[in-house]
Amino acid sequence: MATRTARLTQAPPDGRVASVRGLVRSFGDRRVLSNVDLDIARGEFVALLGASGSGKSTLLRVLAGLDGEARGEIGVDDAVAVSFQEPRLVPWKRVLANVVLGLRGPDATDRARAALAEVGLAERVDAWPLTLSGGEAQRVSLARALVREPGLLLLDEPFGALDALTRISMHRLVLDLWDRHRPGILLVTHDVDEALLLADRVLVLESGRIAHESPVPLPRPRHRDHPDLVALRAVLLRRLGVTPEGTA
Amino acid sequence: MTSTELDLPVASRVAPVRWRLPGTGWQRLVSPLALLALWQLTGSLGLLPERLLAAPATVAATALDLVTSGTLPEAVLVSLGRVAAGFTVGAVAGVGFALVAGLSRLGEYAVDPPMQMLRALPLFGLIPLFILWFGIGETPKITLLALGVAFPLYLNTFAGVRGVDAKLGELGAVLRLGRGELVRHIVLPGALPQVLVGLRQSLGVGWLALIVAEQINADSGLGYMINTAREFLRTDVIVVGLLVYCALGLVTDSLVRVVERKALTWRRGLLG
Ligand SMILES: Nc1ncnc2c1ncn2[C@@H]1O[C@H](COP(=O)(O)OP(=O)(O)OP(=O)(O)O)[C@@H](O)[C@H]1O
Ligand SMILES: [Mg+2]
Repeated sequence: MATRTARLTQAPPDGRVASVRGLVRSFGDRRVLSNVDLDIARGEFVALLGASGSGKSTLLRVLAGLDGEARGEIGVDDAVAVSFQEPRLVPWKRVLANVVLGLRGPDATDRARAALAEVGLAERVDAWPLTLSGGEAQRVSLARALVREPGLLLLDEPFGALDALTRISMHRLVLDLWDRHRPGILLVTHDVDEALLLADRVLVLESGRIAHESPVPLPRPRHRDHPDLVALRAVLLRRLGVTPEGTA
Repeated sequence: MTSTELDLPVASRVAPVRWRLPGTGWQRLVSPLALLALWQLTGSLGLLPERLLAAPATVAATALDLVTSGTLPEAVLVSLGRVAAGFTVGAVAGVGFALVAGLSRLGEYAVDPPMQMLRALPLFGLIPLFILWFGIGETPKITLLALGVAFPLYLNTFAGVRGVDAKLGELGAVLRLGRGELVRHIVLPGALPQVLVGLRQSLGVGWLALIVAEQINADSGLGYMINTAREFLRTDVIVVGLLVYCALGLVTDSLVRVVERKALTWRRGLLG
């Protein structure tokens, strides 16, 4: 794992892959993030919920180092990888080349092949991205993130555009990969069930801060009808301003 | 013919036109051949005097003559040499300046304003100045060609570089690509389709510039052959010269198409 080789740029305190204090981000005079505190432990799976426009992607971009204008104390593991909402593959590079892109070391190609095999795409290494299905493209994007052996893996609604069935198999895949590589994960999602099935801890972003936090101390694989999850779901939905009637 | 199909309005792609005649397109050759026959006929009957326009048979015979005597190949080689020189200089300058302007703000401020101003100058209006500056040898011809080639390539390459999806730039940052890697893997390939559009435009302008440039006191090349023919009222030679210009233009254009097909295979998935 990244632990041994990772050079911490602005080292988060030990045992953590992200540590944020008093994070503020405004666009013009609109304050999107007003005071965010966030810690992610090494190997911890955290889900981030929040209404549309609440600033989830903004927070993720700050952690990914894509936002130079955020203020606050921001400590992030040096080995960060991102999988965006859309797969963001480079269309003029075949699948394998997409995963190899930016990889260092003489065994880069072998590692990329292995990563693609892990997400079940060993056969598609020579395909052009435009010929992939949505789920396949998203798996390439996951392979590209994982092959970097990140200490922190940022996932911005990676399954948002997928159909329900593909989504279920992607959940299984992500848990599987997480189990094997143990990166800290921050998963941004709209989907309360997704958060509850996958994460160790579920956060709710609201009014520019982490307004709520629910640990989910259940072993995986989890079943959505587990009474603890049903109770948690009601709490989270209420936090998100949705009344729980009509939800299964 | 993918490109023409794409230009069709959506409705006609969804519901293919049914009333189109069956056949492989030979019907389209009927009227050009008829016109050719008419041209030959009027020539043979003496209705179209040869000093105005030679008949097709005469043109064909002359073409054969010019080829076997070596006049035409020599003229073509000279003209091709001019195009090659002018094109190389123009392409290097056009693409080079576009990269300087496209890849940095500083470069843009330094390069783009003068390029935009120069582009407004009428290319062929510069000929008198060029003759004053460079005389009437090869230099003004090649300069004219180079300028004609440089601008379409500059404009398209600049637009192509700037048009590369910013999201891919972010991806590059996330993947920790160095500046060189970013340019090589993301920016240049992303700009390539637009560069190739520029290449085709610049070849079009380039051939036109050649034809005009060769009217300036040439003592060799296709233009010289045509000008000399005019003095001797040899319309057959003039027509041969025009056809050769035409063919050369078509050849370079289809070369670019081949490059396009090879270099942009990744789009196949998109275009079907
Ligand atoms: N570059 C920007 N310039 C101006 N406003 C921005 C910019 N990026 C984001 N915003 C604003 O910040 C707010 C939060 O955006 P963000 O994308 O983080 O929301 P989100 O929580 O990810 O929403 P969603 O769930 O819909 O993806 C939005 O109101 C958005 O309009
Ligand atoms: Mg978002």
